[in-house]
Parts: sequence; C-alpha cells; structure tokens
Amino acid sequence: MSPDTLRRRFLETGGIVILLLVAVAAAAAIVEPRFLNRLNILNVLRNFSFLAVPAIGQMIVMTTGGFDLSVGATVALASVVTAAAMAAMPDAHGLQLLVPVALALASGACVGLVNGTLVARLSLSPFMVTLASLSIVAGLTLYYTQGIPIYGVSDAFVYAIGRGQVLGLPPALLLAIVVIAIAIILQRRTALGRHFYAVGGNVGAARLSGVRTHRVLITAYVLSGLLAALTGVLITARIGSGQSTIGGTLGLETIAAAVIGGVSLRGGSGRAENVAMAALCLAIIANAMNLTQIDSKFQTLVLGSVLIGALAFDRIVQGRRANV
Amino acid sequence: MLELTGITKRFGGVVALDGVDFTLLSGELHALLGENGAGKSTLINLIAGTYGWTEGSCRIDGQTVSALTPQKSRDAGVAAVFQEFSLVPDLTVEENLFLGREIKGRLFLNRRAMRARAEERFRDIGFHVELDSKIETLTRAQKQMVEIAKGMLSDAKILILDEPTASLTDGEAEKLFAAIAGLKARGVGIIYVSHRMAEIRRLADRVTVLRGGRKIDTVAIAAASDATLIEMMVGQPVERLYPSISQRPAEIVLATRGISVSGTVSDASIVVRAGEIVGLAGLVGCGRSELCRAVFGLERVTSGEIELHGAVVRAPAPHSMLRAGLCYYPADRGAEGLALSRPGRENVTMAALDDPRLSRGGLLKSWRERRAIAAPLKTLGLRPMAPERAASSFSGGNQQKLVLARGLMRPVSVHIFDEPTVGIDVGAKSEVYRLMKSLVENGAAILLSSSELPELVHLANRVHVMREGRIVAELKADGITEASVLRHYFDAQTGATEAA
Repeated sequence: MSPDTLRRRFLETGGIVILLLVAVAAAAAIVEPRFLNRLNILNVLRNFSFLAVPAIGQMIVMTTGGFDLSVGATVALASVVTAAAMAAMPDAHGLQLLVPVALALASGACVGLVNGTLVARLSLSPFMVTLASLSIVAGLTLYYTQGIPIYGVSDAFVYAIGRGQVLGLPPALLLAIVVIAIAIILQRRTALGRHFYAVGGNVGAARLSGVRTHRVLITAYVLSGLLAALTGVLITARIGSGQSTIGGTLGLETIAAAVIGGVSLRGGSGRAENVAMAALCLAIIANAMNLTQIDSKFQTLVLGSVLIGALAFDRIVQGRRANV
Repeated sequence: MLELTGITKRFGGVVALDGVDFTLLSGELHALLGENGAGKSTLINLIAGTYGWTEGSCRIDGQTVSALTPQKSRDAGVAAVFQEFSLVPDLTVEENLFLGREIKGRLFLNRRAMRARAEERFRDIGFHVELDSKIETLTRAQKQMVEIAKGMLSDAKILILDEPTASLTDGEAEKLFAAIAGLKARGVGIIYVSHRMAEIRRLADRVTVLRGGRKIDTVAIAAASDATLIEMMVGQPVERLYPSISQRPAEIVLATRGISVSGTVSDASIVVRAGEIVGLAGLVGCGRSELCRAVFGLERVTSGEIELHGAVVRAPAPHSMLRAGLCYYPADRGAEGLALSRPGRENVTMAALDDPRLSRGGLLKSWRERRAIAAPLKTLGLRPMAPERAASSFSGGNQQKLVLARGLMRPVSVHIFDEPTVGIDVGAKSEVYRLMKSLVENGAAILLSSSELPELVHLANRVHVMREGRIVAELKADGITEASVLRHYFDAQTGATEAA
C-alpha cells in the first residue's frame, strides 16, 4: 500500500479519533489515578451515553448537509414532559410508565418534524430554522416550569433506569450502545442511510435518482429530535426531576462530537462509530476536569479548544489537496 | 514570449506531464487538445502558478523563471480564466474587477479612476457590461467577459482560456470570439483549451496535442485535418465517431400532449417510439431542457398531458418515473449528477436501491451491490475501473459514465439524455454513442436533447426543433441535415439571424 492510500485509509476509518481517544484516556489516567476507579468509569460511561445519543442524531442531520441546534432545548423539553406526565399519574407503575416516556419521545419527534418540514419544503437554512426552534422550545419549557424543577418522577423509574444496573452497567449505556449499533447498521446496510449520504452529497443528484429528498430530510430531523428526547428521558431518570435547564450546551457539544468524529460540515460523510468515540473523548475530558477540580467555567473553553485542535489536525494530516 | 522545455510534473507517483515542450508566440492563439486526463489542465495550471513543476525549465520573455506561484505568474503577465469563475456573486462588476487591487486615494477608494479603467478594458475587448450590475444577475457569457476583463486589467500578455464556450449559447460565443480577435490584434498570446473542433479550427493558429501526459505534436492548424487531430488525440485512427444505428420504430412509449411549463415551454407535443432516437434541437434557452425535465417531473407542468406506455401520468415525479421505466440524465453533472464526495459505486446504485436485487425491506445487500455494478461499468468502460473511489476523482467523461450507469441498473425503457456529451472528450463521446446504439437496438426509446448538431444529424431518427418554448418543426430521416435544422433555429419572420 502506498503512503497515500494508507493515509486515506487512516482518515476514513477514523484513525485520528482513535489516537485522540487513547491519548485522552492515558492522560486522564496518569494525571488522576482515581480516573480508573470502577465507579468513576461507570460515571464516565453514563455521561458518555447522555452525549453520544443526541450526537448520533446530530450526525444524521449533519450528513444530510444540515445542523440541529435545537438538540439541547429538545432534551429539556422531553425532561419536563416526562416529569410532568409522571406527576399527573402518581399511581402509575410498570408498563404504565411507558406513557410519559412515549409522550416525551413524541414531543421530540414533533420538534424534529417541524424543523425537517421547514428545511425540506421551504428550503430554509437549517441553521436559522433550528436556531429559531431552539429559542421557541426553550421559551416554552422555561415558561411552563418557571425555571423550577418538576418533581413527582416515579421512584420505580428512577431506580430502574436512572440508578439501576443491568449486567453491571448503567441502562443508559446499554441504550446508547443499541442506538450506536443501529446507527452503524443504518449507515452501512440500509437504503435510508445511503439516502442520507446522497442528499448531503448532492441533493439534486439524489432527487434525480428518485430519492424522495424531502422525506429523507424530514426523517433525519425527526430522528435527531427523537434521540434528543430519549436523552432527556434518560437524564430525567438519573436526576429524578424534570428540568428546563439541562440541555444547555448540548447543541454545541453534539456538533463538536460529530465534527471531531469526522462528519463533514458540508454533508455527505461521517460515521457513527467515530462520532461515538469522539463523544467518549469529550466525556473523558469533562470527567478528568471534574476530578482535578478544574473550574467548570473552564470546561467550555477546553471544549472549544479541543474542537479547533481536532479540525486543525485533521486539515494538516489531510494536507492541502491539489486541484487536479 | 513563453517557452517551456521538458516540463515534467508528478503528483505522488502519478506522472501528469512527461517532458512537455510548449511555446507561445505573441499575438497567437495556441490551442491545447487532448482527451480528459491528457495533461491539459495540469499544463495550464503550471503556467498559472497553481502548483510548481517537478522538472524542466520555463522562460517568459526570455527570462528564465525558476518557479511560479500564482502571484509571480500574474506579475509576469499571465492571466488565467478557468471554468470555475472567481467572481463574487453578490458584488458588482466593478467591485469584482478591482477586488484585492482597489485603486485608493489616501483614505477612500478612487471610484472614478476604477470606473475609467474598467470601461477602457471593456472597450479593448469590444464588449459591454453594465459596471453596476451584480454578478449574479449576469449571463454566463457576461461573467466570462468580466473574468477576461479582470485578467486583462493588469495588461496581461498571456491569457489562458479553459473551455470558455462550454456553457455559452452560439450568440454569446460569437461575442467571445470577437473579443479574442481583438486581443490577438493587440499582441496578447492566448492558450486555449477546448473540446470543440470547429471552434479550434476557426480561432487557433497552432495546436498542441497531448496524450497521456506526453506531447504528441505541435502543428499549424492549417496543416492538419480534423481526422488527423482526432487520431493524434485518441492514438488510433477513429473509424467513425458515430456508430451506424439501425432504428426500428415500434409502438409509442412516450408522448407529450400540448404540455406547458411556465415561462419556458408552451404547448409542446412530441412522441417517442420504442427502438428509435428522437432528437430535440434548438438554441440554448429554447426550452429543450425544460421539456425533458418536465417529463421526468423536475419542472411543474401547467397544462397538457404526459403519456408513458399508453397511460397518462398524473403527477410526474422522479421516483415514480424511474419505477415506470423512464430515466433522465442531467446536463449539469456537477449540480445534479453526482454526489462527488461519495464513492462511484454509491452514485451508480443511487437510483436502484429499491430494486429487490439490491435491498429487501430497506436493508441493502452489499455484496450483491458490488456485483451488480460490475456489468454496467464494464459496458461503459469506466476508467479507472475503481468504483470505490470518490466520484470527484474521475475525469469528466468518466463521471458522465457513472451517471449513465444508473440507467443500466434498473429496467429502463425510455432514456432522456440532456446534453450527454458536453465537456467530455472524443473517446468518452464515442462510448456514449455506442451505449445509445446498444440501448436503441435492444428496443429502448431515446430522447436526445443536444446543442451539438452533428450528434443529432448522425444519431437521430427524427428531430424536433424548438424555438422560444415551442416545437416549430419535425424533421425525418434524410431531411435531417445541419442546414435544415439550423434554418428552424431562428424566427423566419424577423429573418434577422439566418445562419449560413
């Protein structure tokens, strides 16, 4: 294999993310031995799940050539919907608990449906559409809760999903793994996955090939909304209340995970496994900073720096391509 | 004025140019001919300073130049106009001309001086464009002229034109040719890349033919026939570019009944039979392309009916038309043909993923996909035969093959080709024609919209001529000649532009 092919392979298979992941994990373990503590590892993996799930949704939208800035607001919306619905049906247990969860997921899907419809049918800029829906959804949840947490989340729900363990692992992690696995299959083995790439690669060519581009775009945003809502449900189970403030920086963080994971900002490329690894990197970095008691205000600063570093490194390794 | 000796350029292990000699005299138009991948664009990019050469030497005006950068090249008097324009759509003509080299007073821009200079340049090339119009409102020809004026702003002595007429109408091209004549008269040396033989014959003084990165020869245009030049390009005598096709028109498969598309097509009725090629002729902008697109469901039909296999199509849309066996191949490969960042394979199967051979219940059968594309790509002769490469890494002709392969991936009985050979080389052209031959002889119907008259004359069984959105004539068999088609291009009433 020539050096050129090797370099391409390396980039395509997400070699950079693997390197970054190893480096970050090693650094965290060296700087802070407590990092390797079993409970801490579980904690990292749980936080990883809360980032990886919405990041997969973000990746899908980005491969179609868009953005979903409303991810964070949708997480909060789902959290509030879950808690409010559970508080409204206090005696619910077992399967009945699925009703609040279903409502929460439906609310996320609705946000995605509106985003997707506006982007697809009216050809509005994804950036502006999701920025506006971020503002609307955040406004709604904040108005409804007045910023006060909603209690009354079912204990059974909290103990089973939020604090419980399945096979010694947090249920959120198992769910995240399922989501990632489905995303990998979606991208490699399904027509829909191929259509996401095609629409992001060249929407005109996709339409000419009989791809129903509107439907594909709307599906992408609905999936993103759905995964954001799922994240909201998981976080609610973890913290035991519905909160309008939890999504905060998730919009940026999911985009960061996607970009570090090699998703092109212009659409048409990106792989779920690399995005998941990038999310794990970010979760490790955040955890290491918490352990070493770095001021949380510095954390967004570090996030931004890692993002720029990853982009710069990627560009340098790729080299400036000659236009032949 | 420009002298390149033994220029070699390697990209990694690939030799793009191999010991090429090239000279340009003042006031001459020197055409570069060659198939895609022959090294033409590498050569002009070297001269424009886009990248350096690996071996060889270069002299400009007798001065040896060791290495060129875009800046050095510009300082040495080279101006290059590439196919992709370097104009900012939102700025005006004047702002674009002086972008990055504005004439300034101490504090503010000296607009009067810039305006005078710009007007002088446009006078020099004998073309007028309103200096205050925004670039996005201009036609392609006008943009081309602005690009040339921009190049000439700093009194360039060497002008590089890369396929300048690729998307111009005949009238626009005439204006460009007049401007070129003016520049030559002022002693500007012009390097001209084009695939259009007629144009080269008309404009060029000398021709250099490249093939596979080597220079085959430089000849005076008067001393070489078209056949000789094509033979030099292709490397073997072309028996015939156009295959002889036996047309056996059978039942009507596609019919439009008085269809209109707002602003572009009015009341157009055509029929296409199985086993024949029907040509659509007309100037660029006459509604040919819109008619084809309307049939495929890409333009909204305001009135009239489309009939496919005897059934009226209620709401034509690409996915349902494909399913019904009709495929449209777009004229603009960049905008509508290919997802360039994706592998060739995915581009080929993009239109066939719903085929049960390739997927079941939305799940793809990857190994079948790889096998299914092998035959169509072999038929088309994709080069290199590397479908896993990104579509962007193929040459124009081979990108076109990727687009055309789509129609071979599923049962298609009506093929609509919209300018299938624009910007592709002779070799790829003949492969496209051979594909059409085999499709038609196997009973498919072809609607061919083209601005290349020889193509229509040699391939079509019947030709519809369009003018200003209407079908104005139908020519059959022996009645199809370049002259007879051209006669219908222009309005007989005004008679202003009767072509010879």
